[in-house]
Amino acid sequence: MQQTFVQPEFRVRIDYDKCHKCGRCVQQCGWGVYDFAERPIPHDEKCRACHRCVTYCPAHCITIEKNALAFRENDNWSTNLVKGVWKQADTGGVLLTSMGNPRPYERIFDKLVLDACQVTNPSIDPLREPMELRTYLGRKPDAVQVESDGNGGFRLAEGGGMTNNLKLDTPIIFSPMSYGSVSLNVHRSLAMAAERLGILMNTGEGGLHEDLYPYQDHAILQVASGRFGLNPEVLGRAAALEIKIGQGAKPGIGGHLPGEKIDREVSATRMIPQGSDAISPAPHHDIYSIEDLRQLIYAIKEASGYKPVGVKIAAVHNVAAIASGIVRAGADYVYLDGFRGGTGAAPAVIRDHIGIPVEVAIAAVDQRLRDEGIRNQASIIAAGSIRSSADAAKAIALGADVVAIGTAALLALGCHLCQSCHTGKCSWGITTQKPELTRRIDPEWGAERLTNLVHAWSHELQEILGALGVNAVESLRGSRERLRSIGLDEHTCRVLGVKPAGM
Amino acid sequence: MAYDLERYDTFDVTRYRDESPFKIHGGCGLMGICDESGALMSGDVAIRAMAVQRDRGNGLGGGFAGYGIYPEFAELFAFHMMFHDMRAKEEAEALLAASFAIEVAEPMPTRPVKGITDAPLLWRYFLAPHPEVLEEREMSAEDYVVQMVMNINARVDGAFVASSGKNMGAFKGVGYPEEIGHYFRLEEYEGHTWVGHNRFPTNTPGWWGGAHPFTLLDWSIVHNGEISSYGINARYLEQFGYTCSLGTDTEVAAYLFDLLLRRHKLPVELACKALAAPLWSDIDRMSADDAALMRSLRAVYGPGMLNGPFAIVLGFNGGMVALNDRIKLRPLVAARSGSTLMVASEEAAIRAVMTAPDVVWAPKAGEPVIGRVAGMESPVHSQLHLGAAEISCAVTGTDVSCEESLEVAV
Repeated sequence: MQQTFVQPEFRVRIDYDKCHKCGRCVQQCGWGVYDFAERPIPHDEKCRACHRCVTYCPAHCITIEKNALAFRENDNWSTNLVKGVWKQADTGGVLLTSMGNPRPYERIFDKLVLDACQVTNPSIDPLREPMELRTYLGRKPDAVQVESDGNGGFRLAEGGGMTNNLKLDTPIIFSPMSYGSVSLNVHRSLAMAAERLGILMNTGEGGLHEDLYPYQDHAILQVASGRFGLNPEVLGRAAALEIKIGQGAKPGIGGHLPGEKIDREVSATRMIPQGSDAISPAPHHDIYSIEDLRQLIYAIKEASGYKPVGVKIAAVHNVAAIASGIVRAGADYVYLDGFRGGTGAAPAVIRDHIGIPVEVAIAAVDQRLRDEGIRNQASIIAAGSIRSSADAAKAIALGADVVAIGTAALLALGCHLCQSCHTGKCSWGITTQKPELTRRIDPEWGAERLTNLVHAWSHELQEILGALGVNAVESLRGSRERLRSIGLDEHTCRVLGVKPAGM
Repeated sequence: MAYDLERYDTFDVTRYRDESPFKIHGGCGLMGICDESGALMSGDVAIRAMAVQRDRGNGLGGGFAGYGIYPEFAELFAFHMMFHDMRAKEEAEALLAASFAIEVAEPMPTRPVKGITDAPLLWRYFLAPHPEVLEEREMSAEDYVVQMVMNINARVDGAFVASSGKNMGAFKGVGYPEEIGHYFRLEEYEGHTWVGHNRFPTNTPGWWGGAHPFTLLDWSIVHNGEISSYGINARYLEQFGYTCSLGTDTEVAAYLFDLLLRRHKLPVELACKALAAPLWSDIDRMSADDAALMRSLRAVYGPGMLNGPFAIVLGFNGGMVALNDRIKLRPLVAARSGSTLMVASEEAAIRAVMTAPDVVWAPKAGEPVIGRVAGMESPVHSQLHLGAAEISCAVTGTDVSCEESLEVAV
């Protein structure tokens, strides 16, 4: 075979003076970087910079460096583009990648700032005053109807109140990641954490493993185009159902879980033969229009005993009109996934060039639903990518009811964003089904770290609310008056409904 | 009454829209008193209550509303008007004459008071809509009156309707409230319910219409506070067609009451629970029925919840409602003496009026204090059917809220 032109991205440096020659790096690496001949010998070309070996080296003698090969300067042909051409000339294939769009598009969240109270209204101390984050996810009536209770008081009139909503203790939930793309221990960690936090995890399109049945009240079950792992019995178990139309990382693209990842457990959960490829078509083949979607929403409601049914879409140009149609089709929530959202595997060209930022999607959808007077009829979940509690607060101020975190949750479990999930060799045991790797995540440990993360962000949200002088998250939700932009152009400001700083 | 009419030909003051391109911040003092037996008390009571709270304002706005003050015209709509010039007066009067039988048209009784300058022309009219016009237009008298208010406020440059309810009136202007009260000779009126307000705006308004109370037919609202949730409250109301064009919290509160009480027909106790919602931890401890009701109220009306420091008094023909924010960040004290219920920003105001109150208490956060005059209806404009755009336009008279609604009205 011809020598590839693509040189290793990283250099593995081992300080052999300090090295214990224990071989732990060899054992830890899922990529097969190391040989061992009296001492570890790295093969740089296999390194993904996931830092598993670095983290677990007892002598702290390993470091990973960029292989900073000099090319003649060229602003037009970035090294990445050049390497892409070489790789495709080698293979004739589509370039695959994972996790969210890393390219230097404008990050709108980073150009928005929040308000605080000074003098005319007081800020509130979240350490001493109640600071409420509870959120109800789902369709709400436009008005509450009451009747006399006969004792001088009032009670809800029949059908006059909120029904079928999911109570969340904090407006942060876990985003869909399927069993198959991530390991069962990751699912266990997410489910246990969701229960402890009073929030929801989301099965993704791979079904609900029976080990997760004890946590089913905290699980959204996804109905994706492959319809894996679904039957009336499982539909009846989940807290809510979610029709997945699209994903921010790969709008308009289906999925393909190779047969080698379909072991006995995955096969049982997905309800497909062991070893067979799990192919999710690009569209649902029974949804070619909004009226088809309506039929599926109601079919699922019927089959599940009228659980809330949401619809997840990728944020694309016409997202506001699409979301309006989804709400009118009967969805209880709309899940907006921005173009920075993660994936377990996607063509790089799709991930990096399709879709719009979630910030503008939230703003456009929230405003459209208000303009049409149907904002109460559905909640908005925003994701892709929420990187911090600040992003969460800004997303909520733009109009999201709830934010969902995927990448951040995986980071809590050890992910180092090496963007190699699609290889199935994740050294951290997250996006792999290899038993020797998946056992690296103890669900109890994972659940604790996820719980810590969401607790920490929730505390930070409370601090932000306190500075804003409000003590309930519903008073921030959609309150764009509390946001200002720095350095965003006028058109984007108008779409966001946000004034520039100083106004 | 000797008006220097010449002066008004060149009178020029800004209105809300000019005054507040952005949100106005402000603190204030307020009072409300209601004799639930329906017995009448002099407006002097309200003046005294506000005079001791002088330091809560800065002389840039004071006002009152009295109920039951026009028993001789109880069935007529009482229009308290402000005109910036004679032309505005003539135009507005022409509009009124075309639509109403004008029983009385007279200048508001005033007296010169040190500190009160630049008053607009102040007139009052007692009106009855022509029954045949109502029949022809298939409108209730209340609808018709609100449309007229909207027309005058939006169409007639330099004219503003300060109040338009029956057997009530608003008296307001730029100055300290006790000065405004003396100026309007408030001690000569007798009412069963009074509300008063002292404004401390952080800008420099020169327009008399900008003072509190805000009114809509026989509702009046006085408000001390700063709604930190203004942004979402305004967006929520826009969803129902209201236009929050003033950038004031009071406007938002007025529309929320209109939405909850009149359009969604919630009892006033529950409307208050929606606006100053109990904490979730309290809701969770309620009985199952109450908890279900409160959960629904909070989840459905969350975007309308008034969050941030406020104390507010809604006056109406039949009583008043006083409400504090959900963690009591602005003062509100209440007292009862026999059949008289009183609220104020400071206890001093209560002591200035009631020599020996039976009980004085600090209402708990979010717990409404409700005074109901025996035999009168609760605060619903039952015959008002107009939409939000018309309500917005009537309250503010600004262009932005009126463009659409005026099309319909004419």
